[in-house]
Amino acid sequence: MGKILLEVKNLSVTLGGTPVLSELSFSVEEGEILTILGPNGSGKTVLLKALLGLLPFTGEVNWHKKPRIGYLPQGLNQMSVRDMPLTVEDFFALKKLKRDQVLRYLPLVGLESGVLNKRAGYLSGGEFQRMLVAWVLASRPEVLFLDEPTTAIDVVGGETIYSLLKNIWREQNLTMFVVTHDLNIVYAHSTHVLCLSRFAHTCYGIPKEVLTPEVLNDMYATDVKFYTHPGTLSQ
Amino acid sequence: MTPHLLLSLISGVFIAGSAAYLGTLMLSRKMAVVAGPLGHLALPGAALALVYGFNLSLGAFPFVVVGILLIWRLEIRTKLQMEALTAIVFATGVAAAFLFLPINKAEAALVGDISKVGLYATIASVILGSLVFLAVNRSYSEIMLINIQEDLAKTEGINVRLYNLIYLLAIAIIVALGVDLVGGLMTAALVAIPAAAAKNVSKTLRQFGVLSGMFGAASAIVGILSSAATGFPAGPLVILTSAAIFAITVPASRV
Repeated sequence: MGKILLEVKNLSVTLGGTPVLSELSFSVEEGEILTILGPNGSGKTVLLKALLGLLPFTGEVNWHKKPRIGYLPQGLNQMSVRDMPLTVEDFFALKKLKRDQVLRYLPLVGLESGVLNKRAGYLSGGEFQRMLVAWVLASRPEVLFLDEPTTAIDVVGGETIYSLLKNIWREQNLTMFVVTHDLNIVYAHSTHVLCLSRFAHTCYGIPKEVLTPEVLNDMYATDVKFYTHPGTLSQ
Repeated sequence: MTPHLLLSLISGVFIAGSAAYLGTLMLSRKMAVVAGPLGHLALPGAALALVYGFNLSLGAFPFVVVGILLIWRLEIRTKLQMEALTAIVFATGVAAAFLFLPINKAEAALVGDISKVGLYATIASVILGSLVFLAVNRSYSEIMLINIQEDLAKTEGINVRLYNLIYLLAIAIIVALGVDLVGGLMTAALVAIPAAAAKNVSKTLRQFGVLSGMFGAASAIVGILSSAATGFPAGPLVILTSAAIFAITVPASRV
């Protein structure tokens, strides 16, 4: 943990006349893993896009330094490239990376060099997602934005992705913003959590401290059965 | 070989080759059919060219460019899909233009007029065809990334508006040139068929681009030579040749 990296003050986003986020304020330190938690429609992706400058907003989004950003958007799934003659090597070449540069990043996500000649659309869901993580990391980002990075894969594959990301986070001192609606991810992999609900009630802080049953019930507007994750996070 | 045949072969290769290369980007964006309505809008321009006796592509070009710029602005403003905007802008353009233009004069513009191409028009085709090829080649990675996921392209620092404009202007030039080769009715085939055939047999992006360009150029050569031999118009023969190439590649389709 360290210096403040990002300060958000009174952030509001209105889409098509409907307010999606209103008067949101929080700050993020370097080295945090901030999970943005909330039910569908609570504005998690919208918040991520506003922070990235991809959507218009009111209020302040102040980056204390201009970091290199890596972004894994929610909509980027295998269907986007399914019927394209696009190998994994081609996909990396889209950001002007040479084969030897790419080869440095594949082992980080547990992929072997042989995957470079395979068509991206024909990889398994887990392999494709790991390739995307390597693709994002290859730009050597200081801040990672991950929007539901395990949506398209099964539970075990998803856990592998998060473990990989956490290893990389430890080794490279990244700051990460992760959007999810999976409570387990928050307890196991986050340093901080920001919760959003459709009723504009928000919470921000260390997961074990702020995610009380009352907050969760309020956020999901129903009785949520949960248990406190026994694992503690250490850097 | 007569000078006219040589000039039409040169024009045909440059137009069809660069159209097919551009077609790989359009196919990836599921926009291959967009060249169809663009070609239809070129028709009034081509009719004007016939009435006043100047080159078909020259007549078509301003109509297509104005339409393309309108689509570009509307896409930024409304966030509608480009294909939907194309339908709106070009259907409106065609409807308005056909009220005032002597459409019976446009018949020659329907199937192209490459056999009558002159020296200056050939030079223009070579220069503009090369320009499109270079523009597409230089911006291929950026446009492909935009095609895959626009937000991802933005966060990678790509100026999406600029590349969309380059892409649309390349389409405008190709459609205007294509009117001379295959006529306003069939310009979509120039971009769509060779790219679709190349996709059937390609594993990599490089193969996709190279094979598409080659299929396009080969279709132009075979089509124009068969036209000289048989007396049928070149435009339909060029398209039928590329359709034959597509048919040959279907069994090898990798998907």
